[in-house]
Amino acid sequence: MGTARITSDPLLLEELLLGSPTPTDGAQVVFVGVVRNHAEGRPVRGMRYEGYEPMALEVLQAIVGEAEERHEVGSVVAAHRLGELEIGEASVAIVVSGPHRDAAYRASRYVIEEIKRRLPVWKHEHFVDGGERWVPGTHLTPDSPAPYTPGDPGLPLPPREVQGHG
Amino acid sequence: MDLDVLFFASYRELVGTPSVRITLPVDATVSDLVEEVRARGEGFSRLPDRPAVAVNRSVVPHAHRLESGDEVAFLPPVAGG
Repeated sequence: MGTARITSDPLLLEELLLGSPTPTDGAQVVFVGVVRNHAEGRPVRGMRYEGYEPMALEVLQAIVGEAEERHEVGSVVAAHRLGELEIGEASVAIVVSGPHRDAAYRASRYVIEEIKRRLPVWKHEHFVDGGERWVPGTHLTPDSPAPYTPGDPGLPLPPREVQGHG
Repeated sequence: MDLDVLFFASYRELVGTPSVRITLPVDATVSDLVEEVRARGEGFSRLPDRPAVAVNRSVVPHAHRLESGDEVAFLPPVAGG
């Protein structure tokens, strides 16, 4: 049974791992998305996340449910953070538990890719040089885009001009 | 009918407020609402003419007919994760 959370509190992995694994699970995949210190070659000092909270919770619940159904995993827990985040802080965390690793990895990837395409959340980047901007995103349409399928590279990655973590 | 319209992120900054109350004729569509909102001038006129609009927390086509009490939000392109 999946769980979705939208919260302004720091994401604590121990809390997200509560209640899993169950005796039928043979794999747990944990994904954590963190704030990195650069964007398109420009040093970043932090990020503010804003969300349309009631809708974001409904969409995240839907994504979690789809991941469990499509990939036949035991449980999916997904949490997205809002508010001011520093470099290295977790903005999103996903815990998938299931009988086998292959399905668990696929379900985890499905959840993060769908979050990026569909969750009504926006991020405001603060640059070290004092500049700031809203990170360009995906235009929502009434018909959801085709769901993420294995092998799809997902949304394009930003150019890697500066080496940092991530 | 009166509707409260929510604005988020870059759209909120553009219009300078998180929400406005808009009065529309009965049977108005999302398209009518967008036109009415953009006609308020200043930042409102700089909103795109085809923004993503959610009604009761689902993105709907611009032909969608609005009802009194609907929760309406203008959503800029999303960038979660």
